[in-house]
Amino acid sequence: MAQLVVNGLLVGSIIALGAIGLTLIYGILKFAHFAHGDLMTVGAYVAFFAFAQGGSRIAPLSFGWSMIPAILLAMIVGGALSVGIDRVVYRPLRKKKAGFVILAIGSLGMAMILRSIVYLVWGPKQHFYVSGVQKAWNLPFDIKIKPDQLFIGLAALVTVALVYFLLYRTRLGRAMRATADNMELAQVAGIDTERVVLWTWMIGGALAGLAGVLLGIQSHLMPEMGFIFMLPLFAASILGGVGSPHGALVGALIVGVSQEVSTEWISPAYKPTVAFVLLFIILLIRPRGIFGTKV
Amino acid sequence: MEDFLNPAYLASFFILVGIYAIFTLGLNVHWGYTGIFNFGVAGFFAVGAYTTAILTKQPATGDYSEYIGGFGLPFVVGVLGAGVACAILAFIIGIPTLRLREDYLAIVTIGVAESLRRVFLNEDWLANGPNGMIGIPQPLHGLVDPADYNYVFLPIVAVILLLVYLAVERGIRSPWGRVLRAIREDEVTAQASGKDIFAFKMQAFVFGAFIMGIGGAVYAHHIRAITPDTFTPFFGTFLIWVMLIVGGSGNNKGAILGSLVIWFIWSRSDWLLNHVPADQQARMDYSRNLLIGLLIVILVLVRPKGILGEEKRVSVYVDKEHPSEQAHLAAKASAGEDAGDSS
Repeated sequence: MAQLVVNGLLVGSIIALGAIGLTLIYGILKFAHFAHGDLMTVGAYVAFFAFAQGGSRIAPLSFGWSMIPAILLAMIVGGALSVGIDRVVYRPLRKKKAGFVILAIGSLGMAMILRSIVYLVWGPKQHFYVSGVQKAWNLPFDIKIKPDQLFIGLAALVTVALVYFLLYRTRLGRAMRATADNMELAQVAGIDTERVVLWTWMIGGALAGLAGVLLGIQSHLMPEMGFIFMLPLFAASILGGVGSPHGALVGALIVGVSQEVSTEWISPAYKPTVAFVLLFIILLIRPRGIFGTKV
Repeated sequence: MEDFLNPAYLASFFILVGIYAIFTLGLNVHWGYTGIFNFGVAGFFAVGAYTTAILTKQPATGDYSEYIGGFGLPFVVGVLGAGVACAILAFIIGIPTLRLREDYLAIVTIGVAESLRRVFLNEDWLANGPNGMIGIPQPLHGLVDPADYNYVFLPIVAVILLLVYLAVERGIRSPWGRVLRAIREDEVTAQASGKDIFAFKMQAFVFGAFIMGIGGAVYAHHIRAITPDTFTPFFGTFLIWVMLIVGGSGNNKGAILGSLVIWFIWSRSDWLLNHVPADQQARMDYSRNLLIGLLIVILVLVRPKGILGEEKRVSVYVDKEHPSEQAHLAAKASAGEDAGDSS
């Protein structure tokens, strides 16, 4: 049980990286970004392409030094790709005052495009950054943890801390939160909301790219990996309250732990279903989420 | 092109157009008329198909196959039962989601579709797990040679499509249908006019789901073998969305036209698939998905109204009661003015 909770916190931290970006986009642009999971997939595959098993191994970890630039590249590609898609698809729709439903349909089309491109370029087969089984460390309470997993947890933790610093300690962060709260009011206050939107995509995309790579380290790469993650991402964002980054973090940890602990009783094939059931329950009893203020 | 004009191929082509048109009409009730954002058509598709299989097949023999039921009931019972099963599912989904913003329903319906697919995949006792249900019986099967069966099934599909079309048209051209459109345009105003938004949305959601259940059932009886992989979000949901958007959401004729156009493109690219080298075929499949994705994005950007666009007037009385206006419109049209969207 303790082991499952630890695994759940790890998966939850990966979900959190995706969900924080998703909730920011949801909060500021007011639409459900269905391509977010597939952005993660692209990030994971870009790192796979850049990594190429290079560099000398970093002592207890399974991968080499080249993973570090590969992660950075995945984040840059994730951010730049999101900004590019916004320019080509979402911004013209915003300009036409299209409803959030039209934007959501567009994002679903984008999700299909991204996934098809991953299939076309890298094929349907599973890929591993590094194949082979890594020896786990034994911790108290019968908990086993692999060095790679520790890396995932630390990387997620540091990134979340940086995002917090950005959101709550910088002018940009304040502008972002103001825009999420009320875009018109922010504009009146002299905030360049298009610039805020740009940064939102950049940050959201970069976080998704990182989440994809960490997910790839945790298990393996396949073209559907991000799509399967979409339900947990939305469950986490809505659980925490749409637009609330710390809500997304808490929601993600709850979803991650529930998914892993559920395998004690039911088949692991139902992990995304567990996320979905949580989502259904929260919509039934408290649709604005734990920290949300409005629906 | 000669293989396309072969009557046997044409029969199976139009059967599938008809089945997709049923789904598209169901989605039109949801999205086109009421603005219900159902992204989980695949879930209703699957429930409809599996329900009719369980109702109409003979009991499982236990050798390599296992499923509940097998009641050996007639085709009509299977199809209606499929509709009822989907209507119940819609009712359950609707309770928490129809009061919320539309995109929550989209997320929940995707979740339901994906979760149901996993249930059908993993619960062998329910519907034979990954191997799916095979040998689903077909109505009037003894009548003709099995090779010619499509000629019997095509009229059956046509009649069902016609009934669904008439039912939707009747509903939409009634005061009930106008309330749905009012809700889609502006919920608050509709509410201020004293309409129970939740009740109307629920009725539309259940009605559309019933139609999708019928579509799923007819599909199952046509294909005869269904597995959980039939109901992936791609094939079961997005294709139908593209059909509706292409044809023009809010227009039943557009929904049927969209099904025809998209199924033509889709099945023709299938034909293309057989003419590329074997090692490239897998890639072709993904290019096809890419094409559908691009089509969605381009359509919402360039022509969100579709080919036919929305039919603005949906009252059976409006033509009778306003002859002068009709004459006025005709005069405008003949004068070469644009009488289109001004109404």
